[in-house]
Amino acid sequence: MTRSVRIGILVPALGLFGFLLAWALVGIPSFGNYRGSYGYILNRVVTPERHMTNVVTGVVFDYRGFDTMGEEFILFAAVVGVVLLLRQGGREEPGDLKDSVGSDGVRLGGTLAVGVCVLVSLWLVAYGFVTPGGGFQGGAALASSVLLVFLVASHKAWSGVASNRVLDPFEGVGAGGYVVIGLGALIGGLPFLTNVLGPGTAGTLWSGGSAAFVNWSAGMEVAAANLILFTEFIDEYVVPLAAEK
Amino acid sequence: MTSVLPYLVAGWICVIGLYGIVTSRHLIHLALCLTVTQSSTYILLLSIGYVNGGGPPIFKGVKLGTTAVDPVVQSLTLTDIVVSLTVLALILALALDVHDELDTMDPDKIVELQG
Amino acid sequence: MILASLAPLQYAIFLLVAVAATTVVLTRDVQRQIVVNGFYGILLVILLVVLAAPDVALSMLAVSTVGYPLVVLIAIAKSRDR
Repeated sequence: MTRSVRIGILVPALGLFGFLLAWALVGIPSFGNYRGSYGYILNRVVTPERHMTNVVTGVVFDYRGFDTMGEEFILFAAVVGVVLLLRQGGREEPGDLKDSVGSDGVRLGGTLAVGVCVLVSLWLVAYGFVTPGGGFQGGAALASSVLLVFLVASHKAWSGVASNRVLDPFEGVGAGGYVVIGLGALIGGLPFLTNVLGPGTAGTLWSGGSAAFVNWSAGMEVAAANLILFTEFIDEYVVPLAAEK
Repeated sequence: MTSVLPYLVAGWICVIGLYGIVTSRHLIHLALCLTVTQSSTYILLLSIGYVNGGGPPIFKGVKLGTTAVDPVVQSLTLTDIVVSLTVLALILALALDVHDELDTMDPDKIVELQG
Repeated sequence: MILASLAPLQYAIFLLVAVAATTVVLTRDVQRQIVVNGFYGILLVILLVVLAAPDVALSMLAVSTVGYPLVVLIAIAKSRDR
């Protein structure tokens, strides 16, 4: 499809879009006048009923846990697609690249930072039902913290930490664990993903029942999926460099 | 007029992202314009859920009953943001595959393959 | 935490986000565009905090300042070597 055909289709579509936008803006309630009812109901009900003080994580993992399972499988499918595209062709191992970081300040500060960042990310996942946080945010932060190992040390250290033998089982356990925990409730005769362990105490680490296990499996899966992506891309970059040295 | 500004901003960002996708000359520029269009949906969703004078929907240490914004649209947005990184990586892997086959990164020069 | 008295801040941040998005699209050089995209990500995080959404801001921060530049820069390096 050539460029002029693309622009020829875009301009009438934009005209239609502009007309629909103007028509919508005439009757829309102004910014701040929220008209839906579920927001008000959830904000009143979640803490007394489920003992979770973070309503958003409660919605993601407890009230709408089934949708989150679908999102996790989008993640899983996209990572499988990237691995299939980039792992083919029999890439050889890069071997020792001799690319360790020269500056002592970077190495010292970075090594301290890795420990602190990993702890903060695990805290974000664990206290997801109490303060802002949860499986998705903590998993993304955990993947970024482990990436720091590549930045402050050599490629050899990074491939020791983030090898495929370690990450593939983690991702599988995270994705499959979600379904298994849901099926556990189904075996007992209750609906899929019911909270079987009781609510717990609000404001502490033990609040949320079996939704807390679902939280951890989602966090594990997001972290492992992001690390697999980073590994594939970094190996794409590093192997030609090693071959030409 | 100013009280519908967030929706106008979301519409403008969607349109400018689409313009960038259609008139792009590099596949990576196209992928980044796609993420700009995705971010307009986040702005639209969160602007719909905003309550005047509302704080975040977290109630630790906060008395139950204080005004808070809608939590449902926030839950939709936050899973979407983490998934969009993976989808961007998939699009870039496809672009690298195209570069390996045809040695070009220009969408206009990709002629249809025969057979 | 009541944000009702910050109405000029909200309008300023919305306009800044619109200008930054236009700049991201109109930057045709790919290596510059990823830096501008990082800046746009930080502006979006500020907008999300102003709209009282700390969970969304956390995930946007972790993804857009580390994930996007890594993946895009490696793709640029691979597609430029020939």
